[in-house]
Amino acid sequence: MIQLILKRVALGILTLLLVSALIFAGTQLLPGDVASAILGQNATPESLAALRQDLGLDLPAWQRYLSWLHGFVTGDLGMSLANRQPVADLLWPRFGNTMALAAYAAVVSVPIAVLLGLAAAVRRGSLFDRTINIVALAFVSLPEYFLGLLLILFLSVQFNLLPSLADTYAGMSFPDWLRATTLPALTLVLVTVAQMMRMTRTAVLSVMDQAYVETAFLKGLRTRRVVLRHALPNAAAPIVNVVAFNVAYLITGVVLVEAIFNYNGLGRFMVDAVAKRDLPLVQAAAMVFGAAYVILNSIADIVAIALNPRLRHPR
Amino acid sequence: MTSKLKAIPFSAWLGLVIVTLNLLVFVFGPMLAPYGQNEIVGAPFDPPSAQFWFGLDQNGRDMASRLLAGAQMSIGVSLAASLISFCIGIPMGFIAALFGGWVDTVLSRIVDTVMCIPVLISALVVLQALGSSVPVLIFTIALLDSTRVFRLARVVAQGISVLEYAETARLRGESLGWLITREILPNALPPLIAEFGMRFCFTFLFVAGLSFLGLGIQPPFADWGGMVKDNQQAILYGLYAPLFPAAAIALLTIGVNLVVDWLLSSGGTTQGADR
Repeated sequence: MIQLILKRVALGILTLLLVSALIFAGTQLLPGDVASAILGQNATPESLAALRQDLGLDLPAWQRYLSWLHGFVTGDLGMSLANRQPVADLLWPRFGNTMALAAYAAVVSVPIAVLLGLAAAVRRGSLFDRTINIVALAFVSLPEYFLGLLLILFLSVQFNLLPSLADTYAGMSFPDWLRATTLPALTLVLVTVAQMMRMTRTAVLSVMDQAYVETAFLKGLRTRRVVLRHALPNAAAPIVNVVAFNVAYLITGVVLVEAIFNYNGLGRFMVDAVAKRDLPLVQAAAMVFGAAYVILNSIADIVAIALNPRLRHPR
Repeated sequence: MTSKLKAIPFSAWLGLVIVTLNLLVFVFGPMLAPYGQNEIVGAPFDPPSAQFWFGLDQNGRDMASRLLAGAQMSIGVSLAASLISFCIGIPMGFIAALFGGWVDTVLSRIVDTVMCIPVLISALVVLQALGSSVPVLIFTIALLDSTRVFRLARVVAQGISVLEYAETARLRGESLGWLITREILPNALPPLIAEFGMRFCFTFLFVAGLSFLGLGIQPPFADWGGMVKDNQQAILYGLYAPLFPAAAIALLTIGVNLVVDWLLSSGGTTQGADR
């Protein structure tokens, strides 16, 4: 099992390298280069050449990639083109904000979704199962901004319970922070619970259909015991994958939600950078999002390996 | 035939009706619109009335006309992107499955790496480099989405190519083109059609999302995602203006999902669980 886990870690590191190369290649698609984009109308051949040398653009692409990667690993993310500030100073606080919002949503949605999915799978075909499935299908189809706007309309405009804008600042007290971020977190919870619940139900049902579960029922065991002791340990690994899939979704789904509630996170920051075509910012933000995604998926796979009863007790 | 029609559940009928209505609006929308999409007909955010069913937007333009005209962009761009992604993904997937060996390995590794990055992030990187225009949007989304199509097409084709009739055709000495078009494609169609519905849903929400972020379809063209963004502030005054385009987006997505759900459950495949 240790060997499997080490293999997975090595694969994760290799993936990170490939992802970084792909993101770097993607930012090089631009015809012309950054120097002419900065200088715009004022470009003269001399100033262009000077700036290119200044930014290291006269080097071949693979050398620039290596120095970018080296900078990234050592914490130097380059300078923003728009305001000449170090990208790292701008990026990490906002990344923290995004992770805090995603964590808030995940802490609420994961237990609810897994319990609902389990309950629906156990009572397959019942009124409860059918109702919850239709509701979940509807929620899966709703775009984040539709839910977000409805929540703003009801909870903040009509009943004035929560603020419509997620204004956060450094040194905010925790209750204030919770109050400010509840609406965006709730939007994320509604979208992910539906998705996760549907996938959990499918995962548990595929286990419940197997012969050993039927044997357990025929032995006369109670439903509760069959589900908790026989079915769940084998459904645990797929459920972990479902959860990871949705937490990974949270990391990017947050981009839209941050735009709705004007939350000062990495997603909105990246969207602004794309609109301003600020290459170093976009590159760094994309790499941080990509890395978070890859690391999360690797952790999920490792947990799934650790939870799999067949791998824990090799024959 | 009638017994077949009766076997269609109510939810699927509802989905089919919603999809058909949207397609009609997509084709005839601009002709039905009473006002021009950029014609200013009154004061900003006038509430719904008999003359303007959905009220006026932030510039005093008729919301209903803009919804009708915007269908062209919102549905058109995502339809084009899904079609292109299938035209890329299916042949590539079939080729990977039929050739196997290093062709399969190389294609699959490339696709795996692209899929390691969240689609939204990849799209933002490309849009940063190339700027947002309709062709860039369509081709970026089509290429990113074709990775999902590739995976499904490859698995389906692998399943079919080991069956007796495909084996027989190969032993008869049929060409690769015959194998793909006459043996594999007809039998791979049911899961691929359901997948098309899901991919369309995804691209449709994706284009609308990008437009909502201000990075998708650009003015002066009306589109539903952009209309939500433009009218977003009105919600703070208790006005419903941004909810109409958002509801239009939600309605079409629900409709397609209902149809796909039915196709998947009747086709006996289990692909429906993930988005």
